[in-house]
Amino acid sequence: MSKRRFAEHPLSDWMKGKGPESEIVISSRIRVARNLRTYPFPMLATNQQSLEVMNRLTGVASQGKLSGIGQFDIYKLSELTELERRVLVEKHLISPNLAGESRNGALVLNEEESVSIMINEEDHLRIQCLYPGFQIREAWQLASRIDDIFEAEADYAFDERRGFLTSCPTNVGTGIRASVMMHLPALVLTQQINRILSAVAQVGLAVRGIYGEGSESTGNLFQISNQITLGQSETEIIDNLYSVALQIIEHEKAARKRLVAENPIRIEDRVNRSYGVLSYAAIMDSKEAAQRLSDIRLGIDLGMINGVSTQAMNELLVMTQPGFLQQVFNEALSPEARDIRRAELIRNQISQHNNHGGVSQ
Amino acid sequence: MICQECGKKPATLHFTKIVNGDKNEIHICESCAREKGEGIPGSSNGFSIHSLLSGLLDFERTGQGAKQETVRCEDCGLTYAQFSKIGRFGCSSCYKSFENKLDPLFKRVHGNTVHVGKIPKRSGGIIQTRREIERLRREMATRIDNEEFEAAAQLRDRIRELERRVEGL
Repeated sequence: MSKRRFAEHPLSDWMKGKGPESEIVISSRIRVARNLRTYPFPMLATNQQSLEVMNRLTGVASQGKLSGIGQFDIYKLSELTELERRVLVEKHLISPNLAGESRNGALVLNEEESVSIMINEEDHLRIQCLYPGFQIREAWQLASRIDDIFEAEADYAFDERRGFLTSCPTNVGTGIRASVMMHLPALVLTQQINRILSAVAQVGLAVRGIYGEGSESTGNLFQISNQITLGQSETEIIDNLYSVALQIIEHEKAARKRLVAENPIRIEDRVNRSYGVLSYAAIMDSKEAAQRLSDIRLGIDLGMINGVSTQAMNELLVMTQPGFLQQVFNEALSPEARDIRRAELIRNQISQHNNHGGVSQ
Repeated sequence: MICQECGKKPATLHFTKIVNGDKNEIHICESCAREKGEGIPGSSNGFSIHSLLSGLLDFERTGQGAKQETVRCEDCGLTYAQFSKIGRFGCSSCYKSFENKLDPLFKRVHGNTVHVGKIPKRSGGIIQTRREIERLRREMATRIDNEEFEAAAQLRDRIRELERRVEGL
């Protein structure tokens, strides 16, 4: 079987675009949860019922109803290999839940990979829209359009008082989860991050690390999302997230300025040291890779490193994940072997770019 | 901090669970969390929000004695006890079947109990109209308070028109 498109390229096309505030906000995401009125939720649906749900919802795409949005492919989860599923999870195109536990699960994915529609995850339908940079409102507009297309074709489970009914009580109401992924190295370095994150939690938003374990973040990446879905309108939810994220962006910018102003040599040392390590190391575990890549990303943003693009960093972030690594080298790898391959991959990627510049002095 | 389960690896997951004022802290390492099925966000066996939720859902039982009656969803057969254990509804009818137990839960999770957001276009026309009527009634009341009777009369006519439309549907 030839490689599927999504498995070939670490970077989804949508990630190649540059969005506003892309030095700090890597991506904006909206997820909308919906269910069909006449079927039990996936957890209790029989095989026959979940099959019908899958056919009805994938039918919306196969009948070309989404053609105004883009060109879509339909994948049944059962037809994907374990590695392919893992790659999809690492690219944030499907949830671990859909990859691992779904019955008659399916994915409807557009060419740019900016729209991924999960079927028979925890809910019958989950529409996810991704935008580069800080474009959470744009993401919601698109998700809402797609939502309307499905609503025209299927009877949603909706209650006048409770709103859109979802499997989990934490999603009921609007069914939306809005999130932004932010790179906050200066707030981490200046140890302001915990203070800011706990403040964020108090206004009904949740923060978690990405690619990290638990709430610990690797690579200084944080995802901020709404927790409340009932009793606030979509616009309120998104405006709230928007304004909080905007404040965090300002704090991060100020912290970066201060770092450079107060101790430029120290920050330069940190950036260039990581650049050196990534250029020459022979073994690299995922945690160190994420941290070093974060340093380089910061170096690029501060103009200390030329030649390497932020896009290359985004690419490496995905490529150095275990699933993608095995996809690139086309073999199953032990954790030790992965660390060696990861180092190799990063060296190659950096030396490729190095021809056009490298560390500026 | 060392994992309280195996006593070997460093604890990387820290939970604080407070139920009716009883605080319970849990510090465990990733592998113990996996084994215990508590899971980790983003991992395949996902620490589920559901296990936390069941803590929230249980509070009712610990409150007033233990008068256990079985409430069961007539459509999918899920009982309230099962729901509070897994933290997920079985079907859309569960919301009706467990109706009178849900307000405290939603209040805790969302701070609210009533949806104010988007309404489905196709099935939601009538709901939208009803909301509009409510809004107009409130506006009419303010106008009357302000003795703006002409504006109030206009609103009254508009409300009548909308009400006729709702009845016609």
